[in-house]
Amino acid sequence: MSLPLSELPTDTVAKVVTLEVGQDYRRRMAGLGLRPGVAIRVIRRSPLKGPLQVRVGHTDIILRRSDAVRIRVEPMPQTRGVPADAAHPEVVPAP
Amino acid sequence: MKRIALLGMPNTGKSTFFNRLTGAGARVGNWPGLTVELLSARILLAGQMVEVVDLPGIYNLHGFSEDEQVVRRFLESQPLNLLVLVLNASQLDRQLALALQARHLGVPLLLLLNMEDEAQRLGIRIDSAALERALGVPVRLLSAKYGQHYREALAAIERSLKAHPALRRADRRALEEDQHIEQALDRLVQASVHAPVQLPPTLSERIDALLLHPWLGLPFLLLILFVLFQAVYALGSPLQDGMEVLLGEFRRSVLDPALAGLPSGLRSFLAEGLYDGVGTVLTFMPVIALFFVALAIIEDSGYLARIAFLVDAIMQRLGLDGRAFVMQLMGFGCNVPAVMGTRIMRSRGLRALTMLVIPFSLCSARLQVLLFITTAVFAPTTAPLVLLTFYVLSVLLAMFTAFIWRGRYVNREPLLMELPPYRLPTLRFLLHEGWRATLQFLRGAGGYIVLGVVVVWFLTHYPFDAPPASPATLAGRLANGLAPIFSPLGLDSLLAIALLFGLVAKEVVIGALAVIYSAGPDQLPGVLAQRLDAIQAMSFLLFILIYTPCVSTIAVIRKESGDWRLTLLAVAWPLTLAWLVSFAFYQTARALGY
Repeated sequence: MSLPLSELPTDTVAKVVTLEVGQDYRRRMAGLGLRPGVAIRVIRRSPLKGPLQVRVGHTDIILRRSDAVRIRVEPMPQTRGVPADAAHPEVVPAP
Repeated sequence: MKRIALLGMPNTGKSTFFNRLTGAGARVGNWPGLTVELLSARILLAGQMVEVVDLPGIYNLHGFSEDEQVVRRFLESQPLNLLVLVLNASQLDRQLALALQARHLGVPLLLLLNMEDEAQRLGIRIDSAALERALGVPVRLLSAKYGQHYREALAAIERSLKAHPALRRADRRALEEDQHIEQALDRLVQASVHAPVQLPPTLSERIDALLLHPWLGLPFLLLILFVLFQAVYALGSPLQDGMEVLLGEFRRSVLDPALAGLPSGLRSFLAEGLYDGVGTVLTFMPVIALFFVALAIIEDSGYLARIAFLVDAIMQRLGLDGRAFVMQLMGFGCNVPAVMGTRIMRSRGLRALTMLVIPFSLCSARLQVLLFITTAVFAPTTAPLVLLTFYVLSVLLAMFTAFIWRGRYVNREPLLMELPPYRLPTLRFLLHEGWRATLQFLRGAGGYIVLGVVVVWFLTHYPFDAPPASPATLAGRLANGLAPIFSPLGLDSLLAIALLFGLVAKEVVIGALAVIYSAGPDQLPGVLAQRLDAIQAMSFLLFILIYTPCVSTIAVIRKESGDWRLTLLAVAWPLTLAWLVSFAFYQTARALGY
């Protein structure tokens, strides 16, 4: 069962399932290492509904909550508290 | 001549490498068919002159952001001997994607894995021989910042140049089609990069726990910016004053005696027009240099991205972002470097909107005028309240302006950026940035500023037999003609002339008032208190706060945007607002019987 990245609790590792964004935005995300199949973790949320700080591989990224809504992720079992870079980024073919 | 281009993602130290390679000789220049200026330099490599071009940082060769299109257009139109791809060695897990795209271009390629010191600290091991084999291009490790392995990188560049003497154009097809490289990327990373399962907790994370704290983050941000602001202007103002003293001394002891024999009109043109114009340009130099050092500290340390994180919630609603916030805040010292600082923004719409907003920041020149007149006219108890009103108004008008024009100048850049680890900028880099910004200011905006000062000089001094700034001059006649516009604000034509002077630089208003009322600096407060009641004074000050920025600010807006329409708007919009606000205030106050 997947949920939007915006609702993923802090410090829980999840796997990116789909990116429901335009092609250009998807390319930029891919440039930063954010693509289907990779492990992702929310580090912190900015107050006043500001951006999220997420970690993908060795890169920390900030993105707006309105964009995070369109990224669906699936929490990985028993990974709470483990950094995203610890969970091996397993590759699944893009849907 | 041979040509090399540097390509890489943002935050890879590509520009640091460029600086090290080219020294201080780099200049920004236009390229055929490109909408932005690129930094380039000519250097001697392998016994030949080589042109080195620093391309904008991009994430993807096939993307549609402005920078990505610029890079594609450059590669399409400009043949190269060598494309040097600079990647961040600690982030090869994603950055090698750019190498996979670039090797299809058909241009000789060299891969530099920069920041190897950082990768080493994180325990990341890179098998560059495996990378060379897999990609079929030379690969070198390097730390551009501290110069480790710089010689080897340089030697590799020279070797590649010798091996590829002919200029080659990139394959257009490779630029157009978007390959699916995800699986190739994963295979490549697995074969050549060995990262520990879990990266060690970094110093950056501990600093972020404090600086990005939910409640403490914003107070820390304001504190840090306040300290930098104080440093820039506390160091810059004495330097600026010193420059003015020097200029005045030069004029008294050298220029005036030298010009003594000339006809009065020509003498006035040379001394009060041209020389003062050049002087205006020169007095900006210290503040611009220091400002860009401060900006380089914020940007290069990695804090700028954190500022975006902290203030985005507020700024996004205004169509702006964290970088605009920094510039607007720094604009309270001086608008000119703040406008130049918008060049760190990549989206044109965002830059334009920020340039419209910055002039509402109550700069120190306007503060001088406001302070002088409020202390002259208002009681000591009300004067601080009046000043506070101006600061609040300054922020409100900036927000209002952003709100009105955000639909016209749209920020198309989504907030999706890397939060790089904190890095200590090197002194060498900071000095380099300050120096380069100052040179660019002199070359770019200097001419416009001198021109602006000369125009205002002409208006206020012609005809030459009339006393300067008197009603008989062009400015006086203009002010008389504009009387129907200014009288509803409670301002007479003498004050209108002073406003015209204020275009040169806002602090000139005081000097102009002294000339206009033929009062010495010590008598001026008394004269002002006599001539203006509180309501008139307030109306005058409101106008000064809001109306058209000084010629220097207009000149840098023109230079930085390259857009006359925006420049015109930056003149007309504040003028309109100033009139409306002063009008509303004056008429309301009078109607209420004050």
